[in-house]
Amino acid sequence: MGKAKVKRASTSIDMTAMCDVSFLLLTFFVLTATARQPETLTVDTAPSYSQAKLPDGNLAIITVGDEGKVFFKMSDPNVRVETLQRMASKYGMEFSPEEYAKFKGLEDFGVSIKAMKTLLAANDSERTAEKQRGIPVDSTQNLTNELFSWVKEARVASANILRNKAMEDGKDPDDIELMTVAIKADADEKFPSLNLIIETLRNQKQNKFSFVTGLKAD
Amino acid sequence: MAELNQDSGKGGKGGKVRSKKNGGKVDLTAMVDLAFLLITFFMLTTSLNKPQAMDVAMPDKNVEQDKNTDVDVDEHRSVTLVLGSDDKLVWYQGDVKNPLQGPTVIDYSNEGLRSVLLKMQKLVPQQAGGKDVIVVIRPSEKSVTRNIIDALDEMKIVDIKRYMISNRIMDDEIELLKKENLYND
Repeated sequence: MGKAKVKRASTSIDMTAMCDVSFLLLTFFVLTATARQPETLTVDTAPSYSQAKLPDGNLAIITVGDEGKVFFKMSDPNVRVETLQRMASKYGMEFSPEEYAKFKGLEDFGVSIKAMKTLLAANDSERTAEKQRGIPVDSTQNLTNELFSWVKEARVASANILRNKAMEDGKDPDDIELMTVAIKADADEKFPSLNLIIETLRNQKQNKFSFVTGLKAD
Repeated sequence: MAELNQDSGKGGKGGKVRSKKNGGKVDLTAMVDLAFLLITFFMLTTSLNKPQAMDVAMPDKNVEQDKNTDVDVDEHRSVTLVLGSDDKLVWYQGDVKNPLQGPTVIDYSNEGLRSVLLKMQKLVPQQAGGKDVIVVIRPSEKSVTRNIIDALDEMKIVDIKRYMISNRIMDDEIELLKKENLYND
């Protein structure tokens, strides 16, 4: 009886192809991941079971927290510029091209329009939530309710930009998607400050809006 | 210059420079491990950091101001949730002065708000001749955003078709909250 010869297969596998594929995927994910700028005013949103996600672009977020401080954020840089132009003419102010360029890169802000120049002149590190007093908001539709103007002008600016783009592409300019307005409120924010924002939106017939919530774990 | 030419000619023609073969294989296991770890990280962070959104539609203001369009609603159909402080709320059916059911203090848990909503969802069509329940969420000044989100969330879970957020809280309702000690800062 001859002994059966056990063939020893080599234990090492060629990993080159696997390595190639994994680095290809890695490169893809790194490039598609958008770097998220940290928000100036960080709020702790209330959790919900809602499965819907916020859209990526064409979005305006009103953040409220820290005892009623209101911040405003527009997702699209081009909308930011046009909104500031419209706000400047509405409030009788002048901004230089440099200030427009800075505002284009400004993720969010929480100052009155009068203090906007100081904010734009400041360094990134100086634009903290403590230094920004929040956008003035009240229950009227006048110029004193600056949040009302910001939201309104942002909506007009977004619609203008999308309409022009649709015209260039040869599509129907009336068939555009309207800007989504979302409220990101701190979970422990009292109702009166939230109510002011809801009323501000309702006063300009923005009756549909979203609450930004976190995901409930259980 | 000449030397250089000569050198290259020599190299092309004759003796091959022998490169030392160092074994063509490198152990890639660690590298692959690392790559997959990073892939996992980027995949999860890109899709998971997108926040959830909860869509809300409020009634148009002009319609609300127009008193002539007020419709009489069967008092059996209206269920009001008055959101107070301390993560509690008071609910009642019908009119606040003479409620058909309640007012009762409940919390936002499954046993509290959800069971009430489920009960009323079944009960109201029997009382009101097949018409479904209308839930009015009325946050008081002492309630916080978390309470409103929780209440709206329950509407979606229980599948209440008609609900609204109302900010016109009545004095009777504030009295109700004060009596139940739910109007604290």
